[in-house]
Amino acid sequence: MSTKQTIADKLTTAFAPSYLNVIDESDKHAGHGGWREGGETHFRVQIASSAFEGMSRVAQHRAINETLAGELANGVHALAIEVNRPE
Amino acid sequence: MSIQDWIKNEVDTNDVVLFMKGTPNFPQCGFSGQVVQILDYVGAPYKGINVLEDEELRQGIKEFTNWPTIPQLYVKGEFVGGCDIIREMFQNQELQGLMSEKGVEVKKTA
Repeated sequence: MSTKQTIADKLTTAFAPSYLNVIDESDKHAGHGGWREGGETHFRVQIASSAFEGMSRVAQHRAINETLAGELANGVHALAIEVNRPE
Repeated sequence: MSIQDWIKNEVDTNDVVLFMKGTPNFPQCGFSGQVVQILDYVGAPYKGINVLEDEELRQGIKEFTNWPTIPQLYVKGEFVGGCDIIREMFQNQELQGLMSEKGVEVKKTA
């Protein structure tokens, strides 16, 4: 399974999001630190879920980072996060 | 002094501290560079600390505040956030509000 799919699955299980978009932005970081051939190093997560209501931004990001701790420790170099942001 | 004590001392004795990759004049990561630009625009004086200079610091800062990524911004000893949070707070003026709330003098640019 691709890392992108793993990230999407884990977030879906953890937060039952009403909106979820996982974008592989690795191409934009070609040649930069942490990048490697084949991509799947830099991701952006756009997520909306009632689970985040009432949480501070730091708490929201921590919850997501903890859900994806395994991926962050194994090859995912950067994770940009957008939570409950109006389109 | 342990690395955790060293970090604590830095965030306690400086009003605004940015742990980053590279230096404010020469950021070595796009995310660190974005926060530098925002702080410069806001006009907040800050101390930039390059985590690439010390592997122990690079790991230690992640444990210090249970946050897995760099950059990390601290204001008056309190962790404010990483790149995404800082950008979001800047865009809706919250960052500027936080600085004045905490008594950090910012240069007026406009």
